[in-house]
Amino acid sequence: MEMPIPNPEIMARKARVVERLQAVLPPDAVIHDERETRAYECDALTAYKCPPMVAVLPSSTQEVSDVLRICHEEGVPVVPRGSGTSLAGGALPTADCVILGVARMNDVIETDYENRIIRVQTGRTNLSVTGAVEEHGFFYAPDPSSQLACAIAGNIAMNSGGAHCLKYGVTTNNLMGVKMVLMDGEIIDIGGAHLDAGGLDLLGLICGSEGQLGVVTEATLRILHKPEGARPVLIGFDDNEVAGTCVSDIIKAGVLPVAIEFMDRPCIEATEAFAKAGYPMCEALLIVEVEGSDAEIDHQLELISEIARRHNPVELRQSKSAEESAKIWLGRKSAFGAMGQINDYMCLDGTIPVSSLPHVLKRIGEMSDHYGLKVGNVFHAGDGNMHPLILFDANKPGDLELCEEFGAEVLKLCVEVGGCLTGEHGVGIEKRDLMHVQYAAADLNAQMAVKDVFDPAWLLNPAKVFPLDASETRRAVKIAAE
Amino acid sequence: MDITSEQALVDAVKGADGPLAVQGGGTRGVPARGAVLSVAGLSGISLYEPGAMTVVAKAGTPVAEIEAALAKENQRLAFEPMDHRALLGTKGTPTIGGVMAANVSGPRRISVGAARDFLLGVRYVDGQGVVVKNGGRVMKNVTGYDLVKLMAGSYGTLGVLSEVSLKVLPRPETHATLVLHGLDDAGGVAAMARALGSPFEVTGAAHDPASQETKLRVEGFEASVTYRLGKLRALLSSVGGEMVVHDAVASEGIWAATRDVAAFDGKDGDVWRVSCKPSDGSAIAARSGAQAWFYDWAGGLIWLLAAPGHDLRQAVGVFDGHATLVRADSATKARLGMFHPEPAGLARLTARLRAQFDPKDIFNAGLMEHAA
Repeated sequence: MEMPIPNPEIMARKARVVERLQAVLPPDAVIHDERETRAYECDALTAYKCPPMVAVLPSSTQEVSDVLRICHEEGVPVVPRGSGTSLAGGALPTADCVILGVARMNDVIETDYENRIIRVQTGRTNLSVTGAVEEHGFFYAPDPSSQLACAIAGNIAMNSGGAHCLKYGVTTNNLMGVKMVLMDGEIIDIGGAHLDAGGLDLLGLICGSEGQLGVVTEATLRILHKPEGARPVLIGFDDNEVAGTCVSDIIKAGVLPVAIEFMDRPCIEATEAFAKAGYPMCEALLIVEVEGSDAEIDHQLELISEIARRHNPVELRQSKSAEESAKIWLGRKSAFGAMGQINDYMCLDGTIPVSSLPHVLKRIGEMSDHYGLKVGNVFHAGDGNMHPLILFDANKPGDLELCEEFGAEVLKLCVEVGGCLTGEHGVGIEKRDLMHVQYAAADLNAQMAVKDVFDPAWLLNPAKVFPLDASETRRAVKIAAE
Repeated sequence: MDITSEQALVDAVKGADGPLAVQGGGTRGVPARGAVLSVAGLSGISLYEPGAMTVVAKAGTPVAEIEAALAKENQRLAFEPMDHRALLGTKGTPTIGGVMAANVSGPRRISVGAARDFLLGVRYVDGQGVVVKNGGRVMKNVTGYDLVKLMAGSYGTLGVLSEVSLKVLPRPETHATLVLHGLDDAGGVAAMARALGSPFEVTGAAHDPASQETKLRVEGFEASVTYRLGKLRALLSSVGGEMVVHDAVASEGIWAATRDVAAFDGKDGDVWRVSCKPSDGSAIAARSGAQAWFYDWAGGLIWLLAAPGHDLRQAVGVFDGHATLVRADSATKARLGMFHPEPAGLARLTARLRAQFDPKDIFNAGLMEHAA
């Protein structure tokens, strides 16, 4: 993966930049020693590493503003960082950049149950947002699988989803307001405790902009009362296509499950060997979860089971208790770990129209044979978001490149059938050079024109999202300005 | 000019020698200057996959045509778009492009989200006649910037929609409405907050001060609806006031009237729409200087009827939210602006975005640019 050549002129001014940052931040909030900056050299896309020039850990919106103003004046690129759990390289530094980490800003500012909102600093982790309101019976709905570690800042940057978004939506559907600092240090507020922020939907624009438009320091989030209960049914099929039809029939029947998860045979085999969840050995497994009171759950699970029976399942297991639910979810939740036990893996994130599922799985199988790399598929089947896990050996020369080539083929296929490159992980650097596949030059230009508005010098996370050749002239503006 | 293809739309934009009033069916009372540029001729559903809950349609497709197609598969536009015609006395046919351009959502917005939350993808023509696509037709998509959301609610000021893709939802088996009688404004809003803060999935919460009725809708399978109505009754038993359940037929009427603001049909005066923090609602209404009002969205949306020309924003003062002038004569709309003035920082961003998307300043010029 190509990154822009670090600007030596900026790196030559490191001492001056550090000194200016130290003037506005406490001593321990400016990390510039080369041994210490190494801690920020990558995110969860660990194949790519580069220590930043400096990392800063501000504790307030004002400090974030001071940092950005200084970097703006100095012409130094800034890479914002939440918890560093991006699978797409969203927080990958360049050697001439300042990493701006929001980890120290993790306070709850306000909880308001009457208006069903919570206002937090964005360094707070996703799960601890729910943690702050659960004793009152509330929760924050988006639940990315990294939720124990990932920060709200990163969730907003990537518009993170999760297993339950079929019913509750993704981050953008649950974000009501932000306090955000622009690259020149200006602090703006958008939205708040009311629905539908006024004017143009800047909130929707910022959510998912991968830290390229501003640094969000505070967020107002919608919280909901927890359902009375939730239980899944496990359904096994001998055929992928039948499983896909079953999903479509469930949706058409008017049941709206909170989650529909799909696993294919390689994934079932791996997780069964690893977690021993008692899954049937079959071609496709669905986990369908519904919510409500006990009677409501029983009613919905029975409706789903009736539909499933029409498709001759090899297994049909309705959970009757929390214990049985945990067992059904055990395999799915350990799927990534199970695959990781076998080898290194790359996790893809394309989305496809649900109707294309059988075709896409068949093609992925053929590609797997062609590339000689094994692949297991985990899939949010209700919304078409696929997570093929391609196994490779990081120690074997050429294997990573082969795996990336395979991954790119899969993502191209996703676009070809009417889907997209990334459903919830973001573009980052990982899918950056594939953007041409999904978008024409005019489409990318319209997006880049938005960055021109928020960050005219292209200093915020500049080497991400857009293919380097497409953004080259815009990034050059910065160098000319210095 | 009759626009029947995206190319014709491109040609019309490129050939424009002055401001254009961008329209779908022209039913929503948008005060735009210039020659009318309507997408009503760009019509038709191009793809509908019920099993994937997605529809793709040209921007001028009548909302009614889409709703009819969905109804056949027992699905619907869950965000319940308002029909402005009776309130505004407009003629014409509401289009899906218009719904999305104006981000028109009804009572169910509190539980399922706004129109913008159901917009998956767009094709539009920008101010220089360039066709741009963004998003797609799948439910989860974070590929690049979300210009889809930016286009929703931009009232044609950034580009002219030519095609939209939407997420749709199943139509529930049945629904019913629990009505509490005798609560004042603050009591009604508090009761709605209590209902919304429960696990019983209320999908409509409105309070009408005139009749002192507080209305709570539940939807789902028959047994679920019965169960949840019982739970809500128990939850609200201490609030006081008589409680009556209205069945699906009556419930349908209640929410159609709430959605379309039927209470102010044919009544003299300006109509304002205030989005606010729900618990602030009753105080805002009380100081608004309006003659009549009612609450939707559990108090977070107030529809107000005020004397012609009354500056409701000035009367209310600073609050967490915004006020839109929905119905007024053109002089009042020109004087007060349809949209709430923005703080300087946001107004600057709005103006710069406009300059990028529509550098010649031809689409509904000036409509959304009001700095405080």
